[in-house]
Amino acid sequence: MKPKHQRLVLGLLALAAIGGASGLALSALGDQAAFFYAPGDVAGKPPPLDRHVRLGGMVAAGSLKRQPDGVSVNFAVTDGKATVPVAFRGVTPDLFKEDSGVVAEGRFNPDGSFTADNLLAKHDERYMPPQVAGKMHKSDSVAQ
Amino acid sequence: MIAEAGLAALWLAGTFALIQLMLAWGAVRANGTAQADELMTALRRVSLLQGLLALLSFGLLIALFVRSDMSVVLVATNSHSAKPLIYKIAGAWGNHEGSMLLWVAVLATAGAGVALFERRLASATLAATLGAQAFIAIGFYAFLVFASNPFIRLDPPAPDGQGLNPLLQDPGLAFHPPTLYIGYVGLSVAFSFAVGALIMRDVGPAFAKAMRPWVLTAWIFLTIGITAGSYWAYYELGWGGWWFWDPVENASLMPWLAATALLHSVTVLATRDGLRAWTLMLALVAFAMSMIGTFLVRSGILVSVHAFAVDPTRGSFILALLGIYIGGALALFGLRVGTVTQGSTFRLVSREGALVLNNLLLTVILGIVFIGTLYPLFAQAMGVQLSIGAPFFNKATAPVALALVAATAAGPLLRWRRDSMNALLGKLLVPVGAAGVAFALVFALSRGTHPVPVLAIAFAVGLGVASVLPLVRRNLRRTPMHVWGMVIAHLGVAVSLAGMAADSAFKTERLAAVHVGDNVTVGPFRVTLAEVRPAIGPNWSALEARLQVRRGEDGQVFEMMPQQRFFSAPPTNTNEAAIRTLFDGQLYTVLGEGAEDGRWQLRLWWKPWVTLIWLGGGLIALGGLLALIGRVRRERREDDA
Repeated sequence: MKPKHQRLVLGLLALAAIGGASGLALSALGDQAAFFYAPGDVAGKPPPLDRHVRLGGMVAAGSLKRQPDGVSVNFAVTDGKATVPVAFRGVTPDLFKEDSGVVAEGRFNPDGSFTADNLLAKHDERYMPPQVAGKMHKSDSVAQ
Repeated sequence: MIAEAGLAALWLAGTFALIQLMLAWGAVRANGTAQADELMTALRRVSLLQGLLALLSFGLLIALFVRSDMSVVLVATNSHSAKPLIYKIAGAWGNHEGSMLLWVAVLATAGAGVALFERRLASATLAATLGAQAFIAIGFYAFLVFASNPFIRLDPPAPDGQGLNPLLQDPGLAFHPPTLYIGYVGLSVAFSFAVGALIMRDVGPAFAKAMRPWVLTAWIFLTIGITAGSYWAYYELGWGGWWFWDPVENASLMPWLAATALLHSVTVLATRDGLRAWTLMLALVAFAMSMIGTFLVRSGILVSVHAFAVDPTRGSFILALLGIYIGGALALFGLRVGTVTQGSTFRLVSREGALVLNNLLLTVILGIVFIGTLYPLFAQAMGVQLSIGAPFFNKATAPVALALVAATAAGPLLRWRRDSMNALLGKLLVPVGAAGVAFALVFALSRGTHPVPVLAIAFAVGLGVASVLPLVRRNLRRTPMHVWGMVIAHLGVAVSLAGMAADSAFKTERLAAVHVGDNVTVGPFRVTLAEVRPAIGPNWSALEARLQVRRGEDGQVFEMMPQQRFFSAPPTNTNEAAIRTLFDGQLYTVLGEGAEDGRWQLRLWWKPWVTLIWLGGGLIALGGLLALIGRVRRERREDDA
């Protein structure tokens, strides 16, 4: 193979690789991007049920109930505009309590409730993802 | 006075960086004249001085933290007098300003190292390299003194400090940032070499041989940093996971991927004089990735489980630096790449061909991680809030990663320049057979397991066998050290992959609420909650569960003590998991909260062979170290001869 041709082949391979990367990434993005919702966002128009998403807001006062099995909790997340009931099975984070910010990761159910497989509680703001902190501040001000 | 001296040292270091840039300019212009030698001598001395002053400044910051000088804002906000000494020291870099000072101190020290030890490059190329190094440093000095001054006084002084984030109070994490930064900054040297070579149009084996030890060093430290970071997240966050595809983790993974590709292409350039332009490009990309990593972690613009020390205004300063350095380097590359002459050629089926394939696949993975990490940023700019998680990264990278494993297995079995497909297939017969047998065995023994992890285990076995083949029928004593390095590093990839696959295929989890005296079973273990009692540490108090664990029916009983810790400064609770390492895996226990009826939540995982993940990371780093020692020794012999 002549040097010129070799360069061409390598260049084409590189282009194909980059194209492949973008293709793989975009196709995976299409169905895997986890969106961030506040309860007000989903009121009336629930997101696709098969999608792993984040739900952020405040734990509604008086909504926190621990189940008899000792490892499940039910509570409601609110942003002042709407409220979504959430079920979670697991060890709750240290600062998880009523009237405090929370981000639940999981899926929506057909009845509009939410099943969480992971909870992030509001820690000191310095350790909070800014996007989440921003959503929570909005919820805080609405709740006050 | 210490704080003022530290700031003065920082200003002086910045001034010397400016002088260094001007001397480098002069030395490049005077190339070939009698004056050039004098300028070179001055340039080397100034580089050394700049390094010493930056180190001094950082040393003085550590002194402030050790003395708990609460009249300094940074100390008051990030330290506490009651902290153990090691965390006072680590507090110096466990925050934005201190970590940026560490960054520039490592950068300047590396520049001084180049000035002192580099004898291989043509002197004008060395001058251009030191100039590029100074140019990078100037931006970071400006950033420190104008936007992130670590030495600002607090008036009146605080009675005591606010403390360090308890999650950072861990020996593993205390040394994590320095390790990563040495890696990042090692890549800045590779970047400067590439810029120097582009300016002087001096791209060839000598340049590659000069650059290689720096790339190797950076890569070793990045490997150790990523491995240690993964283990830290695993045991400290109490989630039982070892990789979250978190933006902060990706920030260290992206430079590692680029450095891994660079490491392989620089070898082609050093030994066969091929892939010239590509190697230059990778050197620029690798450092761009460390800059982007710094930007992501230090700007606070990304959603992250461990995004700390956030400040968007500084983000734009780092972004501007990023634009200047990377944009400038890419422009230089665009202008000069046409003058980089073609190196020697090779057939596609050859060692070089396999290394090109390795580079392409690594680049694809890098591209996917890059898109997944930065896409939410672009979306946010468009007004859409979204975050991208593990499912995306796993789905998109897994097929490419498996192809890369296959290329890693085949590459070392190929000859340089040209080889035949038939010979390669012959050599691959044994590893492919081993992989097939492994697949059949694991699949049969663990019915119902997802086939992808089982496939990954088979690939790991195949790669493991293929990695040691280059040693077969060789005199092991006379095998060069860098060959050993390659074999061990590739073996490490196989070991790590086996650990990841085994953990995802075979881990078992139990979540239960139990009274004291009750039993829970997980995997082959029976765990009894013996008692819950208070415990006390230097700056925390805790609730501690005493668990009695028995493996099988007749095994020895051992105890494990997971804790819930309460730190007073700042007031924070953390979960301290208890982990028992056995020869075939780890038992991981977390104490949850207590209910009013006297039950305690316990979360238990049995993770078979999970330790292989970090053992493999250690082997990869060890392989890099052997290669580094072997290369440096051999080149010294060549120089003497």
